Amino acid sequence: MEPKEKSGSFIFRNGRVIDPARKLDGPMDVLVLEGRIAETRPQISLGAEFRSEVQEIDASGKWVVPGLIDMHVHLREPGEEYKETIRSGTHAAVCGGFTGVACMPNTHPVNDSATVTQYILEKARYEGFCRVFPVGAISAGLEGKNLAEYGELQAAGAVAVSDDGRPVMNGLLMRRALEYAGTFELLVISHSEDSQLSAGGLMNEGPVSTRLGLRGIPAAAEEVMIARDIILAEMTRARLHIAHVSSAGSVALIREAKKRGINVTAETAPQYFTLTEELIAGFDTVYKVNPPLRTARDVEAIRAGLADGTIDAIATDHAPHTSVEKDLEFEFASNGMIGLESSLPLILGLVRDGTLTPLEAIAKASSNPAGILRVPCGSLREGAAADVTVIDPEAKYTIDVNTFRSKSRNCPFNGMRVQGRAEMVLVGGIVVFSAP
Amino acid sequence: MSFKRKDLLGIRDLQVAEIEHILDLSRSLKEINARSIKKVPTLRGKTVVHLFYEPSTRTRTSFDIAAKRLSADTYSITGSTSSMVKGETLLDTMKNLEAMKPDVFVVRHSASGAPHLLAQHTEASVINAGDGMHEHPSQALLDMLTIHDHKGRLDGLNVVIVGDIYHSRVARSDIYGLTKMGSQVTLCGPPTLIPPDFELMGARVCNHLKDCIPEADVIMVLRLQKERQQQMLLPSLREYSIIYGISPAKLKNAKDDVIIMHPGPMNRGVEISPEVADGPHSVILDQVTNGVAVRMAVLYLLAQDRSSLPDISRPSSPE
Ligand SMILES: [Zn+2]
Repeated sequence: MEPKEKSGSFIFRNGRVIDPARKLDGPMDVLVLEGRIAETRPQISLGAEFRSEVQEIDASGKWVVPGLIDMHVHLREPGEEYKETIRSGTHAAVCGGFTGVACMPNTHPVNDSATVTQYILEKARYEGFCRVFPVGAISAGLEGKNLAEYGELQAAGAVAVSDDGRPVMNGLLMRRALEYAGTFELLVISHSEDSQLSAGGLMNEGPVSTRLGLRGIPAAAEEVMIARDIILAEMTRARLHIAHVSSAGSVALIREAKKRGINVTAETAPQYFTLTEELIAGFDTVYKVNPPLRTARDVEAIRAGLADGTIDAIATDHAPHTSVEKDLEFEFASNGMIGLESSLPLILGLVRDGTLTPLEAIAKASSNPAGILRVPCGSLREGAAADVTVIDPEAKYTIDVNTFRSKSRNCPFNGMRVQGRAEMVLVGGIVVFSAP
Repeated sequence: MSFKRKDLLGIRDLQVAEIEHILDLSRSLKEINARSIKKVPTLRGKTVVHLFYEPSTRTRTSFDIAAKRLSADTYSITGSTSSMVKGETLLDTMKNLEAMKPDVFVVRHSASGAPHLLAQHTEASVINAGDGMHEHPSQALLDMLTIHDHKGRLDGLNVVIVGDIYHSRVARSDIYGLTKMGSQVTLCGPPTLIPPDFELMGARVCNHLKDCIPEADVIMVLRLQKERQQQMLLPSLREYSIIYGISPAKLKNAKDDVIIMHPGPMNRGVEISPEVADGPHSVILDQVTNGVAVRMAVLYLLAQDRSSLPDISRPSSPE
């Protein structure tokens, strides 16, 4: 992102600096000079020549962390600007503490070409509040037939490829995608779902779907595909990342694959470590999402997978929809939830309940996704671009969708009492968000 | 007791006392249906809108006759869910109709939960006349009334429901209603049509007719849709008919006083043989007759101004 204004110089005093890339967690000062991290250590004393131009910020009681990275969002632009735009989506992102988002290619037109990737990056440069990392398509037009042009996509700025929203049903195409992506060391992100097993399902298959008469999506539909993709990743030695892991069986498969040394990483989203299928009892479409909300047992397994490192990253799968897509019969409503402005307190909840240490939580929200995407973010080391999130871990409040900057309101966490929020966000040394 | 609900969306939500109340009232109203002038002024001035998004001649006719016998004005809106792609949404249709101040919506829809969506957005009462694979409460009520007519009780009976349980809203509502009323419900069919989760709803699952027919007081036969074959749920209707079709031979070991029920429409020769459908154990037409009485009771309970209308229910004597 090109600075819209001159990047400033700041010193964050006495915050709890958590920088997982360097295993740092302690009271420190962070000095930002001209858009870059200049120094991170306790009690930095500024020379007289700096005192006038460096803004002092009291961060005591706050966490100062590398800017959060959401590796799975849908910005809806180009094509569905009534749901979200690059501007509104990145505005929502910075309000939620994020300094970078990876946007999925299921736009209209599909991001399967250098042209669309360049369009997204141009828009983000002029209108975006944070960094945008476009994800290109695995297959041309997301049609599951021919490979998209990965070399062109990567040269234009795509950080990964994915047919997210649609599974790659053809095993040969997935094999070829992994092989071909290997040429460019490009990450392949799998939306793992066997759409024949999910068979038009509307929610998790089990007692609740049976009771409600809603066709079920068995956990097996996700697990079968994860198993396939792990085997193909082993065969091709390519870089595979599993998106939105939702079931206990999936966690077990990924854990086993990592144990065998296969090059696989995985993400989950707050809904999968927080919410269960029982919420659908009243047919409320805000809870309709794919993969579907699953059982309490799955939620426990996802938390265990986060705790033991099986799941590397927490993304949101921010998927904006308006009343046009959601105020419908459950069967006809679109899948998806927004999450950019509700994710951080739910991640911090994992620290408060002992699932993750602060270092682990920030790793999963910043340095790990940055590392998986191979983008130069996710650390406060000297010389890095000053993408910084200051977190107030104590702030207690109720999530209210009416305060959101996203253009959509389909957030299942609306009305939830939570703790922790972003206080200040810097991207490249520019203040892009400051709590009111 | 009085019935305080705005809507009738499912049997699962009902208390035993509410079910008993509806059944008692239905018995009183059956008397009207036996008169030569089958009409009472109870719901005069009330408007009932039938909102049918799925073809169903019999349920709509039954509700329509029920409403007219209570002197309500009725209107039918039929739509198909496929037309909603270009047409207006369900909520828009409902809001337009609501502007004309109806008192009751009777809703049939192919999507589970559609009546619940409407009920949340309208002041009028909503009666679920069948939603997707979810519930069909008036069918379960008429089934319970019919069983009670013939057996004098619901408590302690063995009811076997045979067929495509998974896709059946009738089965779900019957399981809720009958188990609440003390019957033991057994579901019989191939595992592809009965997910094991049905046991958590209080029913037993049995895959072989020969194991459950001998104890059955009631055998409820469900319609088998021809599409199930293409969905890889069954090899053929022929094999289904041989294994699960209810024929005189299958009933050899049944109780002498077993009754055979079917919510209709029947696929004669598939799930039920003509000899059984028309035979001495069949109470299928009684179900249809009771359907009108039950729907009159439900309309009455939801559409009445509880204060101003005369009480047409009278305490029923236990049979
Ligand atoms: Zn996806």
